[in-house]
Amino acid sequence: MLKFENISKTFNKGSANEQMVFNNFSMDIGKDDFICVLGSNGAGKSTLLNIISGKTRVDEGKMILNGIDVTMDTEYEKCKRISRIFQDPSLGTNPSMTIYENLSMAKNKGKRFGLSFLINKKDEEYFKKILGVLCLGLEDKLNTPVSQLSGGQRQSLALIMAVIGEPELLLLDEHTAALDPKTSEIVMDITEKIVKEKGLTTIMVTHNIDHALKYGNRLIMLHRGNKLIDISGDAKNSLTKKELLGLFKDISDKNLFN
Amino acid sequence: MNGFVIGIIQQSLIFSIAVMGIYITYKILKFADLSADGSFTLGASVSAILITKGMNPFISLGFAMLAGAMAGVATGLLNVKLKIQDMLSSILVMVGLYSINLRIMMGKANLPLLNQESIFTDKNILLMLCIITFICAAFFTLLFKTKLGYLLKGIGDNENMITSLGINTGSIKIFALSLSNAFIALSGGILAQYQGFSDINMGTGTMIMGLASIIIGYNIFRKINLSNSSIFCIIGTLLYRTSIALSLRFGFNPSDLNLISSIIVIIALSIGNSRELLANRRRYSLGKEKFKYLLGLKKAGSRNA
Repeated sequence: MLKFENISKTFNKGSANEQMVFNNFSMDIGKDDFICVLGSNGAGKSTLLNIISGKTRVDEGKMILNGIDVTMDTEYEKCKRISRIFQDPSLGTNPSMTIYENLSMAKNKGKRFGLSFLINKKDEEYFKKILGVLCLGLEDKLNTPVSQLSGGQRQSLALIMAVIGEPELLLLDEHTAALDPKTSEIVMDITEKIVKEKGLTTIMVTHNIDHALKYGNRLIMLHRGNKLIDISGDAKNSLTKKELLGLFKDISDKNLFN
Repeated sequence: MNGFVIGIIQQSLIFSIAVMGIYITYKILKFADLSADGSFTLGASVSAILITKGMNPFISLGFAMLAGAMAGVATGLLNVKLKIQDMLSSILVMVGLYSINLRIMMGKANLPLLNQESIFTDKNILLMLCIITFICAAFFTLLFKTKLGYLLKGIGDNENMITSLGINTGSIKIFALSLSNAFIALSGGILAQYQGFSDINMGTGTMIMGLASIIIGYNIFRKINLSNSSIFCIIGTLLYRTSIALSLRFGFNPSDLNLISSIIVIIALSIGNSRELLANRRRYSLGKEKFKYLLGLKKAGSRNA
């Protein structure tokens, strides 16, 4: 459903700090994929997500989403079809608005924001139902401003808001990294539940090897803009933490000698 | 005395429209728009020159709003398309508007509206102003209940989130700036008709006046959860105009007014900040007492042992 064809991206082109992140990078993402992307710092994980969500423009190559060429689309055009959750819990919600208002905004995603009233009393039941999935008690706090919620609650709300508009692709950018270990597990469980329920195509960038092994059906390890490993299905399930850590060690050794 | 009070109320009603405009950029969009000084005069001069040319005073106000909206679009384009900082782009527009305003008033610094028809002709001035301000306040209130209004709030709050909804935040910003400056220009046009002349310097201090009124209103209503912010724009303006009028009564020169406005803003802001400081200190001292109590317990414990 998402296809990269020979993507190239170089930052600070022509200057002393020139840095090539991707060179002729190609990738194919299927409809049912839940991909975990691993890699050391500077491997190109964030750039990959930025390219998909339109924050960064590619120098060369094509990006095709469900048969439509979206290479030259601006960020907000891509955002109509793609949802993204960030590492920072404050980025995914509007802090001064209530949960109700935030959900109403998210529900209208991709549609026109005109002069009709935003708040619709009929939505209340629906919102309570989808918040009930989280089991965080948010359904009783619909009129609480989001600024009063904890990081984990906000991130869970951001997740609900990201999927409420049925996006074609869900991007998770280390979305549990800023949370404590317990909350991080809860949010990951909720994520898996929602992704399975809605059958969303998902790309998750993470530094947590346990998460990368436990969740998803496909694992990609990036190194300097290349796929070091790309395994899915049974091969992924049989992968152990030790093997993965070995790979990480190989990379750091290589970096040392280069 | 009666005339004094009514004068304050009438002026407050006129200025509160400009304050609502400034509220849109300053509080909601969190965009430091300094072009208010220019667009206030722009509204006044457009309305005045059209009236002297024989246009209906109400329609002239419509054109004043249109001119103000265009000034706002200019600020927005500089900021969004040319990526000039928000404050700088509004200053550039404000400086440019000075020359434009002089051109509109055909090179004269003062344009009198003697014996011309105005929106107040043969009408009760206070009632007329109440009606206009009520319409503006109702529009203002209703707008922020619509989807578009929530977008404006959202951009000031977390622009990233609005982009992720698939919205081009740049064009919404331009719209908000044009709306804000249309309000300000309308207020300028009404003031010109009210006082019977348009002056090239009449807009000086509009921005600081708006800030003062908003901050006063905000500090008073902070504890009250007021969903209708137009009311506190109006009451804030009323309090501000009263304090200005009183200071004139106490013998200050009109030329001191800008300094007085600045001092009022400083006082209002520092009261707001020190209130937080005080609350923190109280919490701190409470913590200390608890600590003392624990120490006391320990001492008692060691004594008993």
